[in-house]
Amino acid sequence: MALLEIRNLTVSFETAAGRFHAVQGLDLAVDSGEVLAVVGESGSGKSVAMLAVMGLLPDTATVSADAMLFQGRDLMSLSPRQRRRLAGRDMAMIFQEPIASLNPCFTVGFQIEETLKRHTGLDAAGRRRRAVELLDAVGIPEPAQRLSSFPHQMSGGQCQRVMIAIATACTPKLLIADEPTTALDVTIQKQILDLLLRLQLEHGMALVLITHDMGVVAETADRVVVQYRGRKMEDADVLSLFENPQNPYTRALLSALPENAVGGRLPTVAAAGGWEARP
Amino acid sequence: MSGATMSGAGMSDEGGRAAGEVPVLETRGVVRDYESGGVFGSKRTVRALKGVDLSVRRGDTLAIVGESGCGKSTLARIITMIDAPTGGEVLIEGQKVDIARGISRQMRRKVQIVFQNPYGSLNPRQKIGDVLGEPLKLNTALPAAERRERAMQMLLRVGLGPEHFNRYPHMFSGGQRQRIAIARALMVNPEILVLDEPVSALDLSVQAQILNLLQDLQDEFNLTYVFISHDLSVVRHVADDVMVMQTGEVVEYRSRDAIFAGPQHPYTKMLFSATPRIDPARIRERLAAKASAKAAAAARTKDVAGSAAGNVSAGNVSDGSVSGGAGAAPA
Repeated sequence: MALLEIRNLTVSFETAAGRFHAVQGLDLAVDSGEVLAVVGESGSGKSVAMLAVMGLLPDTATVSADAMLFQGRDLMSLSPRQRRRLAGRDMAMIFQEPIASLNPCFTVGFQIEETLKRHTGLDAAGRRRRAVELLDAVGIPEPAQRLSSFPHQMSGGQCQRVMIAIATACTPKLLIADEPTTALDVTIQKQILDLLLRLQLEHGMALVLITHDMGVVAETADRVVVQYRGRKMEDADVLSLFENPQNPYTRALLSALPENAVGGRLPTVAAAGGWEARP
Repeated sequence: MSGATMSGAGMSDEGGRAAGEVPVLETRGVVRDYESGGVFGSKRTVRALKGVDLSVRRGDTLAIVGESGCGKSTLARIITMIDAPTGGEVLIEGQKVDIARGISRQMRRKVQIVFQNPYGSLNPRQKIGDVLGEPLKLNTALPAAERRERAMQMLLRVGLGPEHFNRYPHMFSGGQRQRIAIARALMVNPEILVLDEPVSALDLSVQAQILNLLQDLQDEFNLTYVFISHDLSVVRHVADDVMVMQTGEVVEYRSRDAIFAGPQHPYTKMLFSATPRIDPARIRERLAAKASAKAAAAARTKDVAGSAAGNVSAGNVSDGSVSGGAGAAPA
């Protein structure tokens, strides 16, 4: 049985111009211990689908699905309270802007311990010990001292490490990382991806990596889902995707990569035909 | 000062190829200091550029690569004559630029800049037609009808339609806005276009369109590009020469083919190796390593569980490979 199974997920928003479907009829399964990359350009609904899983969409969103099962439990039928108990403990999410994801008014120690307080029975001293452990595990030097740092006193890469510490505090079964390295320099990106993959392997957790960067996909994923305008275009293991892409959109996307340029000009997705790419 | 000698070597290489021709853009030992602090704490001077030499021939693209804080945007501002260097000199078509004594309009016209975030660099209350006409209004004596005509031509040239002329910036997508920013920069017929991360905020398919557009425009107007980017695959696609910067210093400066064939400086090497690559052989290798680590971990768990003939050595191997990967990760 898959850890997470989504069947026919549709998410729509009411806008001034009428109903907008961000995700349409998406089927997705994530096995435990697997790294799944969800790729797509902006507006492909890759973040919205995962926010729906986490229950983090605003009230303006309408979510419907034939099934949304996590460890066999139907997420749709859970009460908001039950879902909040699940989010942060069994499934967790990190975001693109690490500095904006942390509360600037509280120390990172407080913010890590807050999660532990909510989801574990640890006492204050135990939480503090665990927080130090977590900061150490994500590679922050002098973890005990850094607990009293505020987010603005840390770099973007360090803030993302803190976010990962918070997300993995309760050793979740599923970690969703939404463009976790897009705002970071490449050398820091490598460190963060290595860290995520190490934790993924150590804890045997499933990692869903939302990204637009095909290079990141090639270096991290076991399996890849390609999305376009709210629909799934392709679902393949990482090698097949790059060696033998089946869907025309995937092929167009891969050929638009500068490294795949033949001669001087880049084939654009629009030129590949059929795909209305708005410049 | 190994950076200075490196760039020096790059320069002589350059000089050999461009014999007799005046480079369209040249900087010599450009230094830039910024003061920080001062209100409460003591003043501190940060040297953002530590003596940058570069030289670009007409029609070429120089790519400047580096991570945040390396000084590449500071250099862009100096080349564009927005900021004055603290030391050193900038020459445009062989003419020395002296920002303190004032720069003629004629000189300013020659260098234009396109920024990363086109939305932030367009006035939200200005129609596109006016955005494009304004540089002409400020820099030329052309009558309004002529300005309008030229703005319309440029709009079409960058791939937008006449219906876009009277629209506002918020009505455009990111890629379209970047087309507008490029069109605006080209209105005054510049010689040099400084492109500061022009495609970093764009989707892959749109990125390809903008890169193609830039290439067409370069061929058509014989433009010289200074292309700032952190994306090595883009740099490899567009550049003739590549300059790698780290904390205000040029660490490597060579032709694109030379630098991609074999990066020399340790920092360049690190940058190249950190950049994710799409290479099926690498993917195979990674998947195989992961599978064996998983298998070994499973064997070890069995061990711990007390399965009598557990494979201890397999467990050890897994320890080594897993922590080896981890050790390489955090710096």
